[in-house]
Amino acid sequence: MPDQLAYWLIIGLMMVGLYIVIAHANLIKKIIGLSIMQVSVFMLYIGIGYIEGGAIPIIDAKTVLYSNPIPHVLILTAIVVGIATVALALALIIRINEAFGTIEEEELAEGAGEQ
Amino acid sequence: MMDAADVAFTEAAVGAGISTLLLLKTLALTRRYAKPQKRRNWLALSVVSVTGCLLIYGTADLPAYGSADAPAHQHLSAYYLEKSVEETGVPNVVTAILASYRGFDTMGELVVIFIAGVGVLSLISPTSNVKSTTSGSFLYEHTVLRIVSKMLMPLIMMFALYVQFHGDYGPGGGFQAGVIFASAIILYSILFGPEAARTVMSDRVTRLLAAFGILLYAGTGFAAMLNGGAFLDYTYLGGQQVSAQMLGIFLVELGVGITVAAVMVRVFLEFDQRPVIKLPVLKEGDL
Repeated sequence: MPDQLAYWLIIGLMMVGLYIVIAHANLIKKIIGLSIMQVSVFMLYIGIGYIEGGAIPIIDAKTVLYSNPIPHVLILTAIVVGIATVALALALIIRINEAFGTIEEEELAEGAGEQ
Repeated sequence: MMDAADVAFTEAAVGAGISTLLLLKTLALTRRYAKPQKRRNWLALSVVSVTGCLLIYGTADLPAYGSADAPAHQHLSAYYLEKSVEETGVPNVVTAILASYRGFDTMGELVVIFIAGVGVLSLISPTSNVKSTTSGSFLYEHTVLRIVSKMLMPLIMMFALYVQFHGDYGPGGGFQAGVIFASAIILYSILFGPEAARTVMSDRVTRLLAAFGILLYAGTGFAAMLNGGAFLDYTYLGGQQVSAQMLGIFLVELGVGITVAAVMVRVFLEFDQRPVIKLPVLKEGDL
Protein backbone atom coordinates (compact mmCIF):
# COMPACT_ATOMS: atom_id res chain seq x y z
CA MET A 1 0.00 0.00 0.00
CA PRO A 2 1.54 3.33 -0.99
CA ASP A 3 2.38 5.83 1.72
CA GLN A 4 0.08 8.50 0.39
CA LEU A 5 -3.03 6.38 -0.20
CA ALA A 6 -5.03 8.22 2.47
CA TYR A 7 -4.33 11.55 0.79
CA TRP A 8 -5.35 10.15 -2.58
CA LEU A 9 -8.70 9.02 -1.20
CA ILE A 10 -9.23 12.46 0.34
CA ILE A 11 -8.40 14.12 -2.99
CA GLY A 12 -10.86 11.75 -4.68
CA LEU A 13 -13.58 12.89 -2.29
CA MET A 14 -12.66 16.51 -2.93
CA MET A 15 -12.96 15.99 -6.68
CA VAL A 16 -16.40 14.40 -6.26
CA GLY A 17 -17.48 17.56 -4.46
CA LEU A 18 -15.88 19.78 -7.11
CA TYR A 19 -17.64 17.89 -9.91
CA ILE A 20 -21.01 18.35 -8.23
CA VAL A 21 -20.37 22.08 -7.82
CA ILE A 22 -19.42 22.50 -11.49
CA ALA A 23 -21.80 20.11 -13.21
CA HIS A 24 -25.09 20.45 -11.35
CA ALA A 25 -27.32 23.41 -12.00
CA ASN A 26 -29.54 22.83 -8.97
CA LEU A 27 -28.47 25.22 -6.21
CA ILE A 28 -29.16 22.78 -3.37
CA LYS A 29 -26.97 20.18 -5.08
CA LYS A 30 -24.24 22.78 -5.42
CA ILE A 31 -24.37 23.37 -1.67
CA ILE A 32 -24.17 19.61 -1.05
CA GLY A 33 -21.12 19.49 -3.34
CA LEU A 34 -19.51 22.35 -1.44
CA SER A 35 -20.16 20.52 1.84
CA ILE A 36 -18.48 17.40 0.47
CA MET A 37 -15.44 19.45 -0.55
CA GLN A 38 -15.43 21.03 2.89
CA VAL A 39 -15.45 17.63 4.58
CA SER A 40 -12.55 16.48 2.41
CA VAL A 41 -10.50 19.50 3.53
CA PHE A 42 -11.33 18.66 7.14
CA MET A 43 -10.10 15.12 6.56
CA LEU A 44 -6.92 16.39 4.89
CA TYR A 45 -6.10 18.48 7.94
CA ILE A 46 -6.84 15.70 10.38
CA GLY A 47 -4.83 13.32 8.19
CA ILE A 48 -1.83 15.63 8.39
CA GLY A 49 -2.17 15.69 12.17
CA TYR A 50 -2.31 11.91 12.42
CA ILE A 51 0.75 10.09 13.79
CA GLU A 52 0.92 6.35 13.56
CA GLY A 53 0.73 4.86 17.05
CA GLY A 54 -0.12 8.21 18.61
CA ALA A 55 -2.89 8.63 21.17
CA ILE A 56 -5.67 11.23 21.30
CA PRO A 57 -4.15 14.47 22.60
CA ILE A 58 -5.39 14.26 26.17
CA ILE A 59 -2.35 14.18 28.42
CA ASP A 60 -1.95 11.33 30.87
CA ALA A 61 1.10 9.99 32.64
CA LYS A 62 1.51 6.76 30.68
CA THR A 63 1.29 7.96 27.07
CA VAL A 64 4.37 9.17 25.21
CA LEU A 65 3.17 9.84 21.66
CA TYR A 66 0.15 11.98 20.83
CA SER A 67 -1.37 13.00 17.52
CA ASN A 68 -0.93 16.65 16.55
CA PRO A 69 -3.61 18.72 18.35
CA ILE A 70 -3.35 21.88 16.24
CA PRO A 71 -5.29 20.63 13.17
CA HIS A 72 -7.93 19.27 15.55
CA VAL A 73 -8.49 22.74 16.99
CA LEU A 74 -8.68 24.38 13.57
CA ILE A 75 -11.12 21.82 12.19
CA LEU A 76 -13.30 21.61 15.28
CA THR A 77 -14.19 25.27 15.00
CA ALA A 78 -14.38 25.06 11.20
CA ILE A 79 -17.07 22.35 11.40
CA VAL A 80 -19.40 24.51 13.47
CA VAL A 81 -18.64 27.61 11.39
CA GLY A 82 -19.28 25.43 8.31
CA ILE A 83 -22.79 24.49 9.39
CA ALA A 84 -23.56 28.12 10.20
CA THR A 85 -22.48 29.24 6.73
CA VAL A 86 -24.35 26.36 5.07
CA ALA A 87 -27.46 27.51 6.94
CA LEU A 88 -26.90 31.00 5.55
CA ALA A 89 -26.55 29.62 2.01
CA LEU A 90 -29.72 27.56 2.38
CA ALA A 91 -31.60 30.61 3.64
CA LEU A 92 -30.44 32.46 0.52
CA ILE A 93 -31.69 29.59 -1.65
CA ILE A 94 -35.09 29.73 0.04
CA ARG A 95 -35.29 33.43 -0.72
CA ILE A 96 -34.20 32.88 -4.32
CA ASN A 97 -36.92 30.28 -4.71
CA GLU A 98 -39.51 32.65 -3.28
CA ALA A 99 -38.44 35.49 -5.50
CA PHE A 100 -37.96 33.65 -8.80
CA GLY A 101 -39.89 30.39 -8.38
CA THR A 102 -36.89 28.26 -9.30
CA ILE A 103 -33.55 27.10 -7.95
CA GLU A 104 -32.17 25.83 -11.27
CA GLU A 105 -29.28 27.96 -12.43
CA GLU A 106 -30.26 27.99 -16.13
CA GLU A 107 -33.84 29.04 -15.44
CA LEU A 108 -32.57 31.79 -13.17
CA ALA A 109 -30.27 33.03 -15.94
CA GLU A 110 -33.12 32.96 -18.47
CA GLY A 111 -35.38 34.88 -16.10
CA ALA A 112 -32.70 37.53 -15.61
CA GLY A 113 -32.35 37.85 -19.39
CA GLU A 114 -36.07 38.46 -19.89
CA GLN A 115 -36.46 41.27 -17.39
CA MET B 1 -9.23 6.18 13.29
CA MET B 2 -7.09 9.29 13.16
CA ASP B 3 -7.02 9.90 16.93
CA ALA B 4 -9.06 13.07 16.72
CA ALA B 5 -11.71 12.51 19.36
CA ASP B 6 -12.80 16.12 19.68
CA VAL B 7 -13.27 16.57 15.94
CA ALA B 8 -15.15 13.27 15.60
CA PHE B 9 -17.41 14.35 18.40
CA THR B 10 -18.21 17.68 16.77
CA GLU B 11 -18.79 16.19 13.35
CA ALA B 12 -21.09 13.53 14.85
CA ALA B 13 -23.13 16.17 16.64
CA VAL B 14 -23.31 18.53 13.66
CA GLY B 15 -23.33 16.21 10.67
CA ALA B 16 -25.74 13.60 11.97
CA GLY B 17 -28.30 16.07 13.16
CA ILE B 18 -28.49 19.70 12.27
CA SER B 19 -27.03 19.89 8.76
CA THR B 20 -29.26 17.05 7.50
CA LEU B 21 -32.32 18.65 9.05
CA LEU B 22 -31.58 22.04 7.52
CA LEU B 23 -31.10 20.48 4.08
CA LEU B 24 -34.38 18.57 4.34
CA LYS B 25 -36.18 21.69 5.49
CA THR B 26 -34.83 23.61 2.51
CA LEU B 27 -35.94 20.87 0.17
CA ALA B 28 -39.41 20.99 1.69
CA LEU B 29 -39.48 24.76 1.30
CA THR B 30 -38.29 24.80 -2.29
CA ARG B 31 -38.97 21.82 -4.51
CA ARG B 32 -38.64 18.11 -4.12
CA TYR B 33 -37.33 17.23 -7.56
CA ALA B 34 -34.35 18.60 -9.40
CA LYS B 35 -34.57 19.19 -13.10
CA PRO B 36 -33.05 16.10 -14.71
CA GLN B 37 -29.60 16.63 -16.18
CA LYS B 38 -29.67 16.20 -19.93
CA ARG B 39 -26.27 14.63 -20.41
CA ARG B 40 -22.97 14.06 -18.72
CA ASN B 41 -20.91 17.17 -18.42
CA TRP B 42 -17.67 16.05 -20.08
CA LEU B 43 -16.01 19.44 -19.69
CA ALA B 44 -16.56 19.40 -15.93
CA LEU B 45 -15.39 15.80 -15.75
CA SER B 46 -12.15 16.59 -17.54
CA VAL B 47 -11.48 19.69 -15.41
CA VAL B 48 -12.05 17.63 -12.28
CA SER B 49 -9.82 14.76 -13.46
CA VAL B 50 -6.96 17.08 -14.39
CA THR B 51 -7.20 18.91 -11.07
CA GLY B 52 -7.31 15.61 -9.21
CA CYS B 53 -4.27 14.27 -11.05
CA LEU B 54 -2.31 17.45 -10.33
CA LEU B 55 -3.20 17.26 -6.64
CA ILE B 56 -2.23 13.58 -6.47
CA TYR B 57 1.06 14.44 -8.20
CA GLY B 58 1.53 17.06 -5.48
CA THR B 59 1.13 14.50 -2.68
CA ALA B 60 4.41 12.92 -3.80
CA ASP B 61 6.19 15.70 -1.93
CA LEU B 62 4.17 15.28 1.26
CA PRO B 63 5.71 13.38 4.17
CA ALA B 64 4.36 9.82 4.48
CA TYR B 65 0.90 9.50 6.01
CA GLY B 66 1.17 9.02 9.78
CA SER B 67 4.92 9.58 10.02
CA ALA B 68 5.98 11.06 13.33
CA ASP B 69 8.83 13.17 11.95
CA ALA B 70 6.76 15.23 9.52
CA PRO B 71 7.57 18.96 9.76
CA ALA B 72 4.03 19.70 10.98
CA HIS B 73 4.73 17.91 14.26
CA GLN B 74 8.09 19.46 15.08
CA HIS B 75 7.44 22.99 16.24
CA LEU B 76 4.35 24.35 17.98
CA SER B 77 2.55 21.11 18.64
CA ALA B 78 5.53 19.68 20.50
CA TYR B 79 5.53 22.79 22.69
CA TYR B 80 1.79 22.55 23.35
CA LEU B 81 1.92 18.85 24.19
CA GLU B 82 4.81 19.42 26.56
CA LYS B 83 3.78 22.63 28.28
CA SER B 84 0.00 22.95 28.17
CA VAL B 85 -0.73 21.00 31.36
CA GLU B 86 1.93 22.94 33.22
CA GLU B 87 0.72 26.29 31.92
CA THR B 88 -3.05 25.88 31.85
CA GLY B 89 -3.80 22.86 34.03
CA VAL B 90 -6.03 21.39 31.32
CA PRO B 91 -5.17 17.81 30.25
CA ASN B 92 -7.13 18.04 26.99
CA VAL B 93 -4.60 19.81 24.77
CA VAL B 94 -7.26 20.56 22.16
CA THR B 95 -9.30 22.51 24.70
CA ALA B 96 -6.21 24.29 26.00
CA ILE B 97 -5.20 25.47 22.52
CA LEU B 98 -8.77 26.29 21.49
CA ALA B 99 -9.63 28.41 24.49
CA SER B 100 -6.30 29.73 25.68
CA TYR B 101 -3.41 29.72 23.21
CA ARG B 102 -5.64 30.45 20.22
CA GLY B 103 -8.37 32.18 22.20
CA PHE B 104 -8.53 35.20 19.92
CA ASP B 105 -8.96 33.00 16.85
CA THR B 106 -11.80 31.09 18.52
CA MET B 107 -13.49 34.36 19.42
CA GLY B 108 -13.40 35.31 15.75
CA GLU B 109 -14.94 31.97 14.79
CA LEU B 110 -17.68 32.53 17.34
CA VAL B 111 -18.38 35.95 15.85
CA VAL B 112 -18.63 34.33 12.39
CA ILE B 113 -21.23 31.90 13.72
CA PHE B 114 -23.12 34.79 15.29
CA ILE B 115 -23.04 36.83 12.08
CA ALA B 116 -24.19 33.84 10.01
CA GLY B 117 -27.08 33.46 12.47
CA VAL B 118 -27.95 37.14 12.10
CA GLY B 119 -27.78 36.71 8.32
CA VAL B 120 -30.22 33.79 8.38
CA LEU B 121 -32.59 35.81 10.55
CA SER B 122 -32.50 38.83 8.30
CA LEU B 123 -33.09 36.63 5.25
CA ILE B 124 -35.91 34.35 6.34
CA SER B 125 -37.28 35.68 9.61
CA PRO B 126 -41.00 36.35 9.12
CA THR B 127 -41.73 39.99 8.43
CA SER B 128 -45.04 41.68 9.01
CA ASN B 129 -46.38 40.97 5.52
CA VAL B 130 -45.40 37.30 5.56
CA LYS B 131 -47.38 35.57 8.30
CA SER B 132 -45.73 32.49 9.75
CA THR B 133 -47.95 29.47 9.69
CA THR B 134 -47.90 26.34 11.78
CA SER B 135 -48.90 23.44 9.63
CA GLY B 136 -50.05 20.36 11.52
CA SER B 137 -47.27 17.83 11.12
CA PHE B 138 -48.07 14.13 11.08
CA LEU B 139 -45.44 13.61 13.75
CA TYR B 140 -47.70 15.15 16.39
CA GLU B 141 -49.84 12.02 16.40
CA HIS B 142 -47.08 9.50 17.10
CA THR B 143 -47.58 8.78 20.79
CA VAL B 144 -44.60 6.43 21.08
CA LEU B 145 -42.21 8.96 19.54
CA ARG B 146 -43.51 11.72 21.77
CA ILE B 147 -43.19 9.69 24.99
CA VAL B 148 -39.72 8.35 24.13
CA SER B 149 -38.43 11.76 23.10
CA LYS B 150 -39.78 13.24 26.32
CA MET B 151 -37.70 10.71 28.20
CA LEU B 152 -34.64 11.35 26.03
CA MET B 153 -34.63 15.13 26.11
CA PRO B 154 -33.47 15.63 29.72
CA LEU B 155 -30.74 13.03 29.12
CA ILE B 156 -29.54 14.84 26.00
CA MET B 157 -29.45 18.14 27.88
CA MET B 158 -27.64 16.54 30.80
CA PHE B 159 -25.11 15.05 28.38
CA ALA B 160 -24.63 18.45 26.77
CA LEU B 161 -23.85 19.98 30.16
CA TYR B 162 -21.44 17.12 30.90
CA VAL B 163 -19.67 17.72 27.58
CA GLN B 164 -19.55 21.44 28.34
CA PHE B 165 -18.05 21.19 31.80
CA HIS B 166 -15.92 18.08 31.29
CA GLY B 167 -14.28 19.40 28.12
CA ASP B 168 -11.12 20.19 30.10
CA TYR B 169 -10.50 16.55 30.91
CA GLY B 170 -12.10 14.54 28.13
CA PRO B 171 -13.16 15.17 24.57
CA GLY B 172 -15.69 17.95 24.44
CA GLY B 173 -16.13 21.65 24.98
CA GLY B 174 -18.37 24.55 24.17
CA PHE B 175 -18.85 23.89 20.45
CA GLN B 176 -19.95 20.29 20.90
CA ALA B 177 -22.05 21.05 23.97
CA GLY B 178 -23.82 23.90 22.22
CA VAL B 179 -24.78 21.74 19.27
CA ILE B 180 -25.92 18.84 21.47
CA PHE B 181 -28.00 21.16 23.64
CA ALA B 182 -29.56 22.68 20.56
CA SER B 183 -30.42 19.23 19.22
CA ALA B 184 -32.53 18.56 22.33
CA ILE B 185 -34.62 21.68 21.64
CA ILE B 186 -34.76 20.81 17.94
CA LEU B 187 -36.06 17.33 18.75
CA TYR B 188 -38.75 18.99 20.83
CA SER B 189 -39.58 21.33 17.98
CA ILE B 190 -39.88 18.48 15.48
CA LEU B 191 -42.26 16.45 17.62
CA PHE B 192 -44.30 19.13 19.34
CA GLY B 193 -44.16 21.92 16.81
CA PRO B 194 -42.13 25.14 16.67
CA GLU B 195 -44.77 26.97 18.68
CA ALA B 196 -44.13 24.68 21.65
CA ALA B 197 -40.37 25.07 21.24
CA ARG B 198 -40.76 28.85 21.19
CA THR B 199 -42.44 28.79 24.59
CA VAL B 200 -39.18 27.28 25.89
CA MET B 201 -36.71 29.26 23.81
CA SER B 202 -38.56 32.36 22.71
CA ASP B 203 -37.11 34.60 20.02
CA ARG B 204 -36.15 37.12 22.66
CA VAL B 205 -34.30 34.51 24.71
CA THR B 206 -32.31 33.09 21.80
CA ARG B 207 -31.43 36.58 20.60
CA LEU B 208 -30.19 37.65 24.01
CA LEU B 209 -28.34 34.38 24.66
CA ALA B 210 -26.55 34.49 21.29
CA ALA B 211 -25.24 37.96 22.07
CA PHE B 212 -24.55 37.13 25.72
CA GLY B 213 -22.20 34.26 24.82
CA ILE B 214 -19.94 36.53 22.78
CA LEU B 215 -20.19 39.19 25.47
CA LEU B 216 -19.03 36.67 28.06
CA TYR B 217 -16.12 35.68 25.83
CA ALA B 218 -15.01 39.23 25.08
CA GLY B 219 -15.74 40.27 28.66
CA THR B 220 -13.29 37.65 29.90
CA GLY B 221 -10.72 39.16 27.55
CA PHE B 222 -11.38 42.69 28.78
CA ALA B 223 -11.29 41.56 32.41
CA ALA B 224 -7.76 40.28 31.78
CA MET B 225 -6.91 43.64 30.23
CA LEU B 226 -8.28 45.57 33.21
CA ASN B 227 -6.06 43.47 35.47
CA GLY B 228 -2.99 44.54 33.54
CA GLY B 229 -2.59 41.73 31.02
CA ALA B 230 -3.14 41.47 27.30
CA PHE B 231 -6.59 40.78 25.79
CA LEU B 232 -7.63 37.21 26.69
CA ASP B 233 -4.47 36.65 28.75
CA TYR B 234 -6.20 34.64 31.46
CA THR B 235 -3.13 34.56 33.70
CA TYR B 236 -4.13 38.01 34.89
CA LEU B 237 -7.61 36.96 36.01
CA GLY B 238 -6.28 36.57 39.55
CA GLY B 239 -4.88 33.86 41.79
CA GLN B 240 -2.37 31.23 40.72
CA GLN B 241 -1.51 31.02 37.02
CA VAL B 242 -3.05 27.57 36.59
CA SER B 243 -6.30 28.34 38.39
CA ALA B 244 -6.62 31.66 36.55
CA GLN B 245 -6.09 29.90 33.22
CA MET B 246 -8.71 27.27 34.12
CA LEU B 247 -11.17 29.98 35.10
CA GLY B 248 -10.59 31.81 31.82
CA ILE B 249 -10.97 28.62 29.77
CA PHE B 250 -14.13 27.76 31.67
CA LEU B 251 -15.68 31.17 31.01
CA VAL B 252 -14.88 31.37 27.31
CA GLU B 253 -16.02 27.77 26.71
CA LEU B 254 -19.27 28.68 28.45
CA GLY B 255 -19.60 31.69 26.17
CA VAL B 256 -18.99 29.50 23.12
CA GLY B 257 -21.56 26.95 24.28
CA ILE B 258 -24.26 29.54 24.93
CA THR B 259 -23.84 31.33 21.61
CA VAL B 260 -23.61 28.14 19.53
CA ALA B 261 -26.70 26.64 21.19
CA ALA B 262 -28.73 29.82 20.80
CA VAL B 263 -27.76 30.37 17.15
CA MET B 264 -28.44 26.73 16.20
CA VAL B 265 -31.84 26.67 17.90
CA ARG B 266 -32.89 29.98 16.39
CA VAL B 267 -31.71 29.08 12.89
CA PHE B 268 -33.60 25.80 13.00
CA LEU B 269 -36.76 27.46 14.30
CA GLU B 270 -36.62 30.02 11.52
CA PHE B 271 -36.28 27.27 8.91
CA ASP B 272 -39.07 25.33 10.60
CA GLN B 273 -41.53 28.21 10.67
CA ARG B 274 -40.93 29.53 7.20
CA PRO B 275 -44.17 29.10 5.29
CA VAL B 276 -44.07 27.61 1.80
CA ILE B 277 -44.73 30.61 -0.39
CA LYS B 278 -46.35 30.00 -3.74
CA LEU B 279 -45.59 32.64 -6.31
CA PRO B 280 -48.59 34.38 -7.79
CA VAL B 281 -48.74 33.47 -11.45
CA LEU B 282 -47.86 36.49 -13.55
CA LYS B 283 -50.38 37.46 -16.19
CA GLU B 284 -49.81 39.40 -19.38
CA GLY B 285 -49.34 43.08 -18.69
CA ASP B 286 -48.51 42.68 -14.98
CA LEU B 287 -45.02 44.05 -15.38
